[in-house]
Amino acid sequence: MNSSPSFTLFANGTSLPWLDVPQWSGEELVRRTADELGRGARLCSWFGLAEGGGTRLVAVLAFDADNTLAVAGSTPISGSYPALTTIHPQAHLFEREVWEQHGLIPAGHPWLKPVRKSNGNAPANAPFFRVDGREIHEVAVGPVHAGVIEPGHFRFQCHGEEVLHLEIALGYQHRGIEEALAGGPHLATVSQMETIAGDTSIGHATAYAMVLEAVAGAEPPLRAQWLRAIALELERLANHTGDIGALAGDVAFLPTSSACGKLRGDFLNLTALICGNRFGRGLVRPGGCRQDLEPSRSGGLREKLRRALADVDEAAGWLWAANSVRARFEGIGPVFTEQATGVGMVGVAARASGLVRDVRFDHPAGWHRFAQIPVAVWPGGDVFARAKVRLLEIQRSGQFLEEQLDSPPEGEVRAENGPLAPDTLAVALVEGWRGEICHVALTNAEGHFRRYKITDPSFHNWIGLALALRGQAISDFPICNKSFNLSYCGFDL
Amino acid sequence: MFTAKTILHRLRSGCQTMPYPDGPAPALPDRHGGALRVDGAKCEEKCQACVPVCPTHAITKASSQPIALDLGRCIFCAACVEACPSGAITQTGRHPMATRRREDLLLGQPGAEEARLAEALDGKLRKLFGRSLRLRQVSAGGCNACEADTNVLGTIGWDLGRFGVQFVASPRHADGLLITGALSRNMDLAVKKTYAAVPEPKIVIAVGACAIAGGPYIGHPQVLNGAGALVPVDLFVPGCPPHPLTILDGLLRLLGRLEDKERP
Repeated sequence: MNSSPSFTLFANGTSLPWLDVPQWSGEELVRRTADELGRGARLCSWFGLAEGGGTRLVAVLAFDADNTLAVAGSTPISGSYPALTTIHPQAHLFEREVWEQHGLIPAGHPWLKPVRKSNGNAPANAPFFRVDGREIHEVAVGPVHAGVIEPGHFRFQCHGEEVLHLEIALGYQHRGIEEALAGGPHLATVSQMETIAGDTSIGHATAYAMVLEAVAGAEPPLRAQWLRAIALELERLANHTGDIGALAGDVAFLPTSSACGKLRGDFLNLTALICGNRFGRGLVRPGGCRQDLEPSRSGGLREKLRRALADVDEAAGWLWAANSVRARFEGIGPVFTEQATGVGMVGVAARASGLVRDVRFDHPAGWHRFAQIPVAVWPGGDVFARAKVRLLEIQRSGQFLEEQLDSPPEGEVRAENGPLAPDTLAVALVEGWRGEICHVALTNAEGHFRRYKITDPSFHNWIGLALALRGQAISDFPICNKSFNLSYCGFDL
Repeated sequence: MFTAKTILHRLRSGCQTMPYPDGPAPALPDRHGGALRVDGAKCEEKCQACVPVCPTHAITKASSQPIALDLGRCIFCAACVEACPSGAITQTGRHPMATRRREDLLLGQPGAEEARLAEALDGKLRKLFGRSLRLRQVSAGGCNACEADTNVLGTIGWDLGRFGVQFVASPRHADGLLITGALSRNMDLAVKKTYAAVPEPKIVIAVGACAIAGGPYIGHPQVLNGAGALVPVDLFVPGCPPHPLTILDGLLRLLGRLEDKERP
């Protein structure tokens, strides 16, 4: 695709002057966005921009097949506009968010309620969707629920064991990250980026760094890009391994559960070998990386990585060989391809529903322009598929790391990122281990953030978990939940 | 056949639990840095180099006073270590840093160069919990890193169960709470209810910079700047996140399980 009559096209990790973003009336923006989504685009971000008593809407789309992003905005509007959600359900949470933040009503939205808003000491998430009937019962779980896990509230409408509907209400982890970014970047900003979702420190910090570099018009040293790509895959390996162990634990398959619990830590320790922190904090900074992976260090890392990969392969092999595990994984919590497309799912969960969707491949930026990783896809959309995609990605990431560690680019890893350009918009997509991370920055006339929008992959995917539970036994909720393993804090911001 | 393979694997790999605390502690990663040490006496009188670089405003300096560094607020980014021209702030490379009192994390004064490490619970509490402690973990605005590195203590490498410490699902089955996160306002009610559901006597452990003082979110109107705002805290474990070894060390100190080993 070379042009769009309605949107300005640009590439992942680049910036454009705010003046180049076309402006339509609210109604027209919704219509034109709906047209592009109908042509196969995907909604990456949709947010409001307060201006002169009204609100501008901004839409960021991805044309995956064309490796292109697109952006358009609206003139300041107030009151209401025709909801995009009624045509394309993938906008449902974005429109709720804009309504919550700016009071702009998406007319016709089927489920308009707050996303994170507080009523003082808890999220204002009532009332919940309710199924009526004499034999219907309701199960409420959380916010404090079993295990060492983040808080969220799950409301099941059940007929016997069967779940008719699950509503997931979050907001408990809201720390005001986006709000605090106005006028930034501030001293604490990069630390906040690393803790948007603490298990995705590298993913979010990389997106943040890319956005700032794009706005400043600077390219970080190649060696820093290489190191970020390595750290991103180590993050993926740790989390995917942990997830396979957790899935095994949920079906009481202890050999794999025990082994993967430990191996997850081994991968975290590899990240710590690079930068000292098991979650990669302090490594990625706008302009480059704070630490280098020198040849001596790289050699040790490679050796430990080889051993850990062999161990994961072995431990996951037991899981796949056990018929009893297969019986518990197959056909459980299915999300069909059309559903996944409709609600705009991303990452592992989307690829497990047969969608070929991976930022590293579709919108290569940074080191991924030079080194690609094959996209791991599996049909079915069930727990088995989500486990299988993780295993395939562990193998692909492992191969990628071994290749990359063998051929590092020369040079520095640290560089100064220049001052931010005024009135500039930049978008960065990064394929974090859960899926697409989207950061959008818009600067004001002084070169400070006028708006900074963060979309964690969990924002797209929580609805997928709710769909997976439809018609399933409520006792299968834990295993379905683990198979998605979404972030609460990444959603709540 | 996986059954034979798993049994063979177990025989081949043997016990995978670390010898610590009977044996040596595993080494921290060389770039970790460990706990900080602050020699306020080394500060030059007019120097303020470390104050503006700290992202969580953990360092203060009154005129002509030595600096004061609050290890509870610290996220261990080492920006101050890099900025310090006189070597007043240094990394010790050591993992123990948990304390019983909030003020024991304030570093800089003579005699208070390092954190005053946690003492064991006394009397009845130690008798009750010393060999069996059940905790309910509550994440309240945590980012899932402190949670993950608490969780890791339950894996075979660390095996927290051998000390009688276990995480339970219900607060009613628990002897205390282990809280992570900056205490988001949206978790206010849930934390209070969970705390009330734990039977007396009970303890609270705050893990990570967020739970101690708000971490990178200190001062945000959406958070209460740590667990102490709602419940009395018995153990503070600094870090962002704390290394699992630091968390384990804190728990063992609290339970009096390290004392015997530290006597010469």
